[in-house]
Amino acid sequence: MATINGVLQSQRRTNNLATQLSRFRELGIVLFLVLVIVGALAVEPGFLNPFNIRSILLWVPLLMVIAMGEMMVIITRGIDVSVGSTLGFAGIVVGMIFRDYPDFNIYLGTVLGILLGAMLGAVNGALIAWVRVPPIITTLGTLSAFRGLVFIVSGGRQVDPNHVPTALIRWSQIGPFGIQLVPWAVIIAAIVAVLAHLFLHFTKSGRNVYAIGGNPDAAQLRGIPVKITTFLVYAITGAMAGLAGILYASRFGFVNPGETGVGFELTVIAAVVIGGTNVFGGSGTVLGVALGCLLLGTINVALAVLGIAATWQLAVYGFVILLAVTVDAIIQRELRRATTGE
Amino acid sequence: MTTEQSPRVPSKAMPVTGTGDADVARPQSPASERLRATLVRPELVTVALLILAFVVGAVLSPFFLDAPFLLNYTSLFIEVGIMAIGMTYIIISGNIDLSVASALALVGTVAGILYFDLSVPMGLTVILSLALGAILGWINGALVTRMKLPALAVTLATLAFYRGVANILVGDDSRPKLAWSRDIVFPDWYVGVNRVYIPGTAIPLPLVIFLVLAAILGVVLHRTTFGRWVYAIGTNEEAARYSGIPTQRVKLLIFTLSGFLSGLAGLIMVSRLSVARYDHARGWELDVITAVVLGGTDIFGGRGSMFGTVIAYLLLIFLRTGMGVANIKAESQLAVIGTLLIVAIVVSNLTGRLRK
Amino acid sequence: MADNSLTLETKGIYMAFGGVDVLKDVDFEIHRGEVHGLVGENGAGKSTLAKIIAGVHQPRAGIIELEGEQVVIPSPHVATALGIALIHQEPLTFPELDVAENIFIGRQPITGGVRRVDWRAMYERASELLDTLGVDLEPHSKMRGMSIADQQMVEMAGALSQDAKILLMDEPTAALTPSEVEDLFAMMRRLRDQGTAIVFISHRLEEIFEICDRVSVLRDGEMVGVRDPKQISVDEVIRMMVGRPLSALYEKGNAHEIGQPVLEVKNLSRTMKFEDISLDVRAGEIVGVAGLVGSGRTDVARALFGALDIDAGVVSVDGEEVRINRPRDALAQGMIYVPEDRQHHGLLMSMTISQNVTLPVLETLVPSGWLRDRLEREVTKEYVEKLNIILRSISQPVRELSGGNQQKVVLSKWLLAKPKVMILDEPTRGIDIGAKAEVHRLMGELASQGLAILMISSELPEILAMSDRVIVMREGRITARFTRDEATAERIMAAATGQVLEEV
Repeated sequence: MATINGVLQSQRRTNNLATQLSRFRELGIVLFLVLVIVGALAVEPGFLNPFNIRSILLWVPLLMVIAMGEMMVIITRGIDVSVGSTLGFAGIVVGMIFRDYPDFNIYLGTVLGILLGAMLGAVNGALIAWVRVPPIITTLGTLSAFRGLVFIVSGGRQVDPNHVPTALIRWSQIGPFGIQLVPWAVIIAAIVAVLAHLFLHFTKSGRNVYAIGGNPDAAQLRGIPVKITTFLVYAITGAMAGLAGILYASRFGFVNPGETGVGFELTVIAAVVIGGTNVFGGSGTVLGVALGCLLLGTINVALAVLGIAATWQLAVYGFVILLAVTVDAIIQRELRRATTGE
Repeated sequence: MTTEQSPRVPSKAMPVTGTGDADVARPQSPASERLRATLVRPELVTVALLILAFVVGAVLSPFFLDAPFLLNYTSLFIEVGIMAIGMTYIIISGNIDLSVASALALVGTVAGILYFDLSVPMGLTVILSLALGAILGWINGALVTRMKLPALAVTLATLAFYRGVANILVGDDSRPKLAWSRDIVFPDWYVGVNRVYIPGTAIPLPLVIFLVLAAILGVVLHRTTFGRWVYAIGTNEEAARYSGIPTQRVKLLIFTLSGFLSGLAGLIMVSRLSVARYDHARGWELDVITAVVLGGTDIFGGRGSMFGTVIAYLLLIFLRTGMGVANIKAESQLAVIGTLLIVAIVVSNLTGRLRK
Repeated sequence: MADNSLTLETKGIYMAFGGVDVLKDVDFEIHRGEVHGLVGENGAGKSTLAKIIAGVHQPRAGIIELEGEQVVIPSPHVATALGIALIHQEPLTFPELDVAENIFIGRQPITGGVRRVDWRAMYERASELLDTLGVDLEPHSKMRGMSIADQQMVEMAGALSQDAKILLMDEPTAALTPSEVEDLFAMMRRLRDQGTAIVFISHRLEEIFEICDRVSVLRDGEMVGVRDPKQISVDEVIRMMVGRPLSALYEKGNAHEIGQPVLEVKNLSRTMKFEDISLDVRAGEIVGVAGLVGSGRTDVARALFGALDIDAGVVSVDGEEVRINRPRDALAQGMIYVPEDRQHHGLLMSMTISQNVTLPVLETLVPSGWLRDRLEREVTKEYVEKLNIILRSISQPVRELSGGNQQKVVLSKWLLAKPKVMILDEPTRGIDIGAKAEVHRLMGELASQGLAILMISSELPEILAMSDRVIVMREGRITARFTRDEATAERIMAAATGQVLEEV
């Protein structure tokens, strides 16, 4: 039986346990991924054909760019459920511009989409950081408010396939050197992931994100600019949702005010949470979230191959989120008990 | 005149240093103290807004003064009101339940399956459906209390999961199925609850159900031990636990209640629309939370009233009516509600700081 | 060695919390290159003084001078900029980040044209700092799961990295093993020799005497004096800390009989908190539990009350074994707990006085479940009168009351439950002398009515005046038991600090 002081051994052991558990987490996702693939192969032996692999890979960009932002938000102990609406807003506005000005530069359009998203994200950030409205409430409200904006701006009309520039659509069809397997959209997503990692790992702001989530009081006392950093992560998430809006247009070839991005926030949160980002805040890795996106993309395609995609999606997302949260909570509880006896 | 009115006069032996002691010189009667407390309540703002909305609506459109029209409109979103009753308990206790609308859809869907696919008599179907609602709520509660998971994360997951299960059960179809002939329908006595009126009046049955439930559960909230416990838990759960309150049991019950009411709302919606689909009430959790918060309930817990929720619900109805009459599209209406939610919290924040 | 240039001086500091004076006209000064001990009982004001210097609190009156110039320290941030660092009792760390980052967070070294975080430089500097401190820690280790001792070291490395000239250490040795303490002291000496001014707050007098160049004694918020440890004995310091006319306090009479044991505890243990706790409390008896902060007393109380799980042990009430898993069970057995932390555990601050008072007993007060306002008011008024609670109205939110009156509300609520056993945790902390006396008188009355009282207290006079028996805990274990006659301040302190006392 350990007393307060005779406890050095068990504490050092727990330290290693904690490090091991975080590596275990990423391994766990890979394991889960393998299981899903094996399961799909069992039903459909030709599951891993180039078409399916490409489908999986195409799923990832949309998910991953937003997930990078959402991950940061969740690390700071917040949440953003308005990303689907922001995606729709950026998509529809830029889509309408393409429709009315067919020669509009697609790169400019992309930048515009990102800026629009950032703007909406900034609204969230300001309300949460300075007005102190709880994140769930803020983003629940903006989820509707922004979706309403989508309708107001678009007049309810969708942007048809023939209005989306071919060059943009090709981002989801062809990759560098004409390779079809890894379209440009995937490359873009990979770049975003790398940038996210660089930000989180190599900038003070990025490190502050972890600090704020890990111990908000300590962060305050250490002079970390909590409000500005909080504002920043929501703005970034908005910007990423904006980019995703453009990628949506590229992938699907149209933008519909009533469909585009609706319910997407759940997929994103599921990917982030299963990717090892703790809902209690303070931890999360780009690699884990990227794996989580891959996992979710694979699950989606597997479901489609099994013919049950659309109807099973929601339930799967819900289950995945619950599973991840439960596992995290149990780990947290055991660690706390071992280190403090609470 | 009781001793309560005269303040305790400090004896010379005790140096008076407390902040409360400064008011010793100004005795206040308990009646005036209670009056003051009543006047400062946030519900008053809601009532004021309600009157304002009504006046504005009446000025802008003659429909507003048509009582039957308004009353009929209350039925269109009565499920929000019913779920808001449960949500009031949840938020006052310091928790949140995002899965209410999904539970509604799942219960409605299961009702359809029970009746059509499994030929369960409608009466039994209703009972089983209500039980299912309670179970769905209980699951949320168990995850929060037994597994100690955060309510936000849990109900976000069940928001997806419950509706997801409904989706799996009926796909994109409905009960009765789209392909069926017009003869295969729910029983007459069950459908069209919104077309049932109190004899001799234009008051629709759903509104009555809502008001009766609000009254009963409001009394429980405000005048019973259980209700006091709910407020205590929302004020300071640790202190409530240290005071001997069975906090886990109370929370479990509240979530179960919320689930039950969602189930009831599901049955009403299916009755109104004569059909059960997996996407019923999609996104309505926003309206439910808005109704509760707009009614003066503090999102952080510990403060709020059923009266406020009822008034806020009526306010939302007026708003929706007004917007409907002004031909504002559904999605734009949603935008307004969303904005309203945020504004309500902001105002609540500011007045909270002023109060301190 | 000690450079006599004054580094920091406080003059006439006055501080109060919620109507209770915590520091009165405190003059304190510290030189460069010295380790200056700050001692006093719990509640004497040591932590508060440190926090004021570190910018966490602002004094109601008084000035602070740094290097002879008056300064204002409105926030910890400003304090850091001025070179003042506070090492907290409970280290403020980021569990998911590693050691190096915990040291440098917010101020990581930057490099390159891109101005990116220079991890290599950070780890190097962290290594250097840890070496300077003589600490055997890897900069790459994660903080999660680290011992308190190591966490403190990291916090100190952090302070050093900010070029702290003045280091305030609040009970740093509370959770350390003797060898860890030696490491800490070695590091402190190193820093002192380099010119850092260190304020060392500790209850452990043997440590004070080992490491400090000077020691200031606070008592009841007043600075009693500054001494050189080489020219004074431990007993004299204790007397300075403790000495006050005991007549201001009520003494428990022995007029009544002490009956059978009501509460019996055998071998109670909880990992990381306490071990092998056995005690009993008899009807009509007050058992005082003394010990330093962190000795585990409150944890034992919480465990008895069901607010903390136990790993082993048996609790019996009135001779029958009971299983108490939550406070509600304890209440059902007639056992109540008046918590140490009034504001967070004892009261619901925004609720009214009568709501607070009736909360634990609603089920017996109104068995039907229907609230009865008039009955609640009557019952509340009864106790307001009995305990002499000063208030404006019983519908007042309880947070508007003074500390003493708040404590009376807490007591009222539990007395209403007609308990058999009362566990009081620091019952008179933070309340004024008058209220203290009233609480003590009440305790005496309750004991004479047959209640069994277990009283945790860090105030020696209170322990000595009120207890029929005294138990002393240290680091999770019971180290001494005294009868009323055997108990003296020195013996209790010695048992609490692990010293061996020279009995004269």
